[in-house]
Amino acid sequence: MKLVSRKHTEKFTARFFKACGFGAGSVLIALSLMLVWNAAAFFIHVKPYDFVSKTQWDPTGSPSAYGMLSMLISTMLVAVGAMLIAIPLGIGTAAFLAEYAGRKLKNMLKPAIEMLAAIPSVAIGFLGIVVISPGLAGLTGRSNGLNALNGAILLSVMALPTIITVAQDAIDGIPISYKEASFGIGASRWQTLTQVTIPAAAPGILAAIMLGVGRAIGETMTVLMATGNAIALPHGFFDAVRTMTATIAIEMGEVPFQTTHYYALFSVAILLFIITLVINMIGEYFVGRFKKFEIR
Amino acid sequence: MKRKLLEYLEWGSLLMSTTAVCFFLVVILWDLASKGAGSLSWDFVSRFPENGMTSGGILPAIIGTVMLTVITAITAAPFGICCAIYLHEYAPDTPVTRLIRASIRNLAGVPSVIFGLFGLACFVQALHLGTSLLSAGLTLGLLSLPYIIVTSEEALHRVPVSIREGAWALGATHFEMVRDIVVPSALPGIITGIILAVSRAAGETAPILFTGAAYYINNPSFSLDQEFMALPYHLYMLSTQHQSVDLVRPLAYSTALVLIIVVLLLNLTAFYIRYKSSKDHATA
Repeated sequence: MKLVSRKHTEKFTARFFKACGFGAGSVLIALSLMLVWNAAAFFIHVKPYDFVSKTQWDPTGSPSAYGMLSMLISTMLVAVGAMLIAIPLGIGTAAFLAEYAGRKLKNMLKPAIEMLAAIPSVAIGFLGIVVISPGLAGLTGRSNGLNALNGAILLSVMALPTIITVAQDAIDGIPISYKEASFGIGASRWQTLTQVTIPAAAPGILAAIMLGVGRAIGETMTVLMATGNAIALPHGFFDAVRTMTATIAIEMGEVPFQTTHYYALFSVAILLFIITLVINMIGEYFVGRFKKFEIR
Repeated sequence: MKRKLLEYLEWGSLLMSTTAVCFFLVVILWDLASKGAGSLSWDFVSRFPENGMTSGGILPAIIGTVMLTVITAITAAPFGICCAIYLHEYAPDTPVTRLIRASIRNLAGVPSVIFGLFGLACFVQALHLGTSLLSAGLTLGLLSLPYIIVTSEEALHRVPVSIREGAWALGATHFEMVRDIVVPSALPGIITGIILAVSRAAGETAPILFTGAAYYINNPSFSLDQEFMALPYHLYMLSTQHQSVDLVRPLAYSTALVLIIVVLLLNLTAFYIRYKSSKDHATA
């Protein structure tokens, strides 16, 4: 090939790749602009403060009511429940994998965890209906077990792979000299783990928890199928709840386009978007902290 | 003596949590396999639904999911790879580049249902594609994009600097180096990432809820501008929305099993490619 045409190709491809890079980077901006655009149409009609502070959600009634506080609390309730299960199990498993498991066992457990992460959410939601719901119904003596606890159990299963992988990376990244120093002054393995390794890996473990929470809050299908979908302020884990994601999934299919109700769902989405974005950014910040730590 | 006992207790607690995690996986796979195998047969995967979904097979849902997956891969993979090439091979380390990276990482954390809303507002309505196979495929493509970019970048990162320098020393331009040296040697890693991203997209339900999935279609044409049936959506409808949920439970179980098998097969393919390429590198 002639030199001139090679130079032309070089120039053209560099520009092309740059365009692709900027294009992919702007998807998030496009997404947020779309949400803001559609949510703005809703906030002309309803005051933002009423939207987040009232518990009455009745878009089809007259007069219609758009208060999403009970959904917000339901989302938090299910996510907190999921974390109560997933955090101890996840960190325990991560510590076991990083500190106790041999090479062979590790090579068996790692694919198992990747497999757990690969199972589609709708299949996990299905098992919530057919396995966990009858179990919970028997336990509480109610007609069905579709409630916040069911959703929390399923979400913990979905958040576990994320928590385990990130937490294990963090524990693995702790310099061996830390442990050697601890063993050197006579600490046992457990004392080293709980008083040296885990505190040193705290930023990474926090990142793991944050990414797990983000996953739990944003998950749609499992909570849609397993939590009973009743819009009311929940009083405990045995109440049926309806989260923000489930509300969007249920009502968007039925609502006529360009109505206040339609825009209201985008407003629920923008709140969800902001919550997950903030949680993920906190997680990213801590991932950055432990990555720096690793290099040192 | 006491200390020894305590040590066992401590070790046991970690072992217990690991066992619990494995137990979840075993329960999920065992329950689906044991109860789903009963009505799983060649007829089930090769016939159309009959009698209001209470008998017959799920062939249109399988074809729909396969086509959806192909569209997702065709739209997201080239874009994602080019973006990864830009970020890793061309981009200077400036605040703008860091912003692009941060934006892509955060895109990966956006809930899938919000991608569904974006698909509805952007593809279905603004671009007038309607609720169709193409809209849903593009939506899932956007969803997979950040995963493809991140894994491709990791694959590019593993290509040693020395062979890049070799290419430059022979007088290759930057693009020739990327095209002939870097991308070919990173290709197994890139393909692994694409398959994993696409297998995740194949199991997603929330983004296709409002962008084109349909419960039942008479005489499906499988063209790009039509609504379609998909396995995850079919499972959702069978297990919650069907008028006689108990009657179709065996079918729901088998659908779930087929879905899991499809997703796990895709995953196994990806792991095989990764394993094979790591072996080739070890011997080379």
